[in-house]
Amino acid sequence: MTAPSQNFRDRLRAFNKCVCDGARLMVGQGDYGTYVAHIAKTHPDQTPMTEREFFRNRENARFGVGNSSGFRCC
Amino acid sequence: MGAIQKHGPWALVGALGAAALAVVATQRGESINALWVVVAAVCVYLIAYRYYSLFIADKVMRLDPKRETPAHRHNDGLDYVPTNKSVLFGHHFAAIAGAGPLVGPVLAAQMGYLPGMLWILSGVVLAGAVQDFMVLFISMRRDGRSLGELIRAELGVIPGVIALFGTFMIMIILLAVLAMVVVKALAESPWGTFTVGATIPIALLMGLYARFVRPGKVGEVSIIGFFLLMAAIIYGGRIAADPYWGPAFTFTGTQLTWMLIGYGFVAAILPVWLLLAPRDYLSTFLKIGTIVGLAIGIVFVAPHMQMPAVTKFVDGTGPVWAGSLFPFLFITIACGAVSGFHALISSGTTPKLVDNELDTRFIGYGGMLMESFVAIMALVAASVIDPGVYFTMNSPGALLGTSPETAAAAVAKLGFPIAPEVIAQTAVDVGEHSIISRVGGAPTLAVGMAHIISSAIGGKAMMAFWYHFAILFEALFILTAVDAGTRAGRFMLQDLLGLVSPSFKDTSAWAPSVLATALCVGAWGFFLYQGVTDPLGGIYTLWPLFGISNQMLAAVALTLATVVIFKMKRERYAFVTIIPTVWLCICTLTAGWQKIFSADPKIGFLSHADRFSAAIAEGKVLGPAKNMEDMHKIVFNDRIDAGLAVLFVGLVVAIAVFGIMACVKAYRADRWTALEADAKLAPAE
Repeated sequence: MTAPSQNFRDRLRAFNKCVCDGARLMVGQGDYGTYVAHIAKTHPDQTPMTEREFFRNRENARFGVGNSSGFRCC
Repeated sequence: MGAIQKHGPWALVGALGAAALAVVATQRGESINALWVVVAAVCVYLIAYRYYSLFIADKVMRLDPKRETPAHRHNDGLDYVPTNKSVLFGHHFAAIAGAGPLVGPVLAAQMGYLPGMLWILSGVVLAGAVQDFMVLFISMRRDGRSLGELIRAELGVIPGVIALFGTFMIMIILLAVLAMVVVKALAESPWGTFTVGATIPIALLMGLYARFVRPGKVGEVSIIGFFLLMAAIIYGGRIAADPYWGPAFTFTGTQLTWMLIGYGFVAAILPVWLLLAPRDYLSTFLKIGTIVGLAIGIVFVAPHMQMPAVTKFVDGTGPVWAGSLFPFLFITIACGAVSGFHALISSGTTPKLVDNELDTRFIGYGGMLMESFVAIMALVAASVIDPGVYFTMNSPGALLGTSPETAAAAVAKLGFPIAPEVIAQTAVDVGEHSIISRVGGAPTLAVGMAHIISSAIGGKAMMAFWYHFAILFEALFILTAVDAGTRAGRFMLQDLLGLVSPSFKDTSAWAPSVLATALCVGAWGFFLYQGVTDPLGGIYTLWPLFGISNQMLAAVALTLATVVIFKMKRERYAFVTIIPTVWLCICTLTAGWQKIFSADPKIGFLSHADRFSAAIAEGKVLGPAKNMEDMHKIVFNDRIDAGLAVLFVGLVVAIAVFGIMACVKAYRADRWTALEADAKLAPAE
């Protein structure tokens, strides 16, 4: 494997991740990995939510009580 | 770096943009290529972004890349997360892009494409993008608080309550108008009704899948949903042609109205994972995909603009909506030039996710430029179809009659000759019974999009597919907005009623929730019903009210921005927000005044009511009413609409007065009085 194509692959992977993260965040789903890393770093004593719990938590937050974030229009 | 190296390429972009604008503005009598419009728009955006947004960022806001953002300060991995600039741009754009920038420009095309285009471009650069950027900045500096909270904190409690109430009323009108666009697009259209109806079981299926089978697999479930949707469009053609199912899926506007009201109520109290969230995936991805596809289509097909640059209807005699160019053009095209609703988004989730203060320029200002580009594409789509077809689709039924012959004669009288065969053939091409008086903008946009996309893929044979694809695309995200908007409206209402009776505030309790939802659905349902049964076609009456309310919210948000600039002691740069605020106040107040008091019954609600009540007194029935009951209904609706306009005008005036008072106080103060969260430097990584 030559260096330039390695570089190209990395960039493609990074681009791909950016597109996927972007698409998920468009529907209110943040990055689970970032969340787990954050908990591990700042609250090592706590158990992070599972991926399933995280998904439901974000879903409720998007349409949830008391914020207007679920509202989109023009 | 030399000035030439630094500014040279931008000077070239500017020159290209100026040349393209000159081509667009000076071509008379012969059609121009739509690409000139696109090139002119893109050059304007690039120059505005490079210079004006940088000026705002550096001089007005003084963005500080070292200052800690709420995402870092309150980082919880959930609501507050430092997010990649491009990812956040996508999130923000998906939240602000909706039906508004697609419908407004289509309606505005009755005056020709040039007035609409010039307002979209100048409006976004000087008002819309400035508003989005400023509100994002203000909210970010205050821990991502919402617009209502910001107004309460910076202007006072009373303006805060006024703004909250105003936002609720605007939301009601918005939901009614959006729902009406769907009803108008689906009425008497079995193909459209079947495909849009099919989204409900598809979404339920997706919801169950994402909840129990493969939780969290958004991409996977969206792909499944997408294929089911495409199948629904294809199958819808057969349903429409079927002798039994065709009529079974054919509904009148009134029937659809009641269905939509019932649906809105049920959807707003169902658990979100079952219906709302999965449809949100479909509508969001379809929306972004279609916008990208339309952009590629326009560049690839390079269609010619058939609509004249300026039509005679600038004088206010147009059949699509009443009123002259000033102020009504600036009301009709709200989103795409400037939209008050974006202030709610810019003070929603986005400010909590900003990684670095400097990113807000790209996200806030850049995101709105992108939205404006969507509006330009909608304008192009409406202008590339035969103007005769455009006016056949958008004029009230009372003017056109019901057969191609009567419609062709009426449209020819407007100055756009069209053969009855063309009207009949267009209906056949797009797979509908009739295209006469399909008002609301969505069907026209769908014909334009089908025209462009079918030139690239599939040719004439695919036109009906693309038409219904476009209808589905619009209906889908409008319905998602109706669901989500009803929920948000319900929370707002509970907040407002909670001021009177605190027991209402509990959003988890069953009774207040159902009651608030019913009130909310009832309120937009009332205006929806009024619009659908309006013999003039609803859009003609209600769209200006929606435009006034949306622009008014923008004026409120820009007033807040002006106050904050004064409080930051940056008043020498306050013209950045004062100019658009004053312009929007002039437009909304003039339009509001004319809607209330104009002596022309076509424009003024009260003179229209007077004309009809005078006729009632004489025992006469005036067209388009069919009987005395209709007559009373028209008078009643007119008075309600006039009352609403009075309310909106009062709201703008009140906020403007409070804003000026706050500015004067801040100007007299000898120090900084803005209430920002403490400035902390971001810890070095």
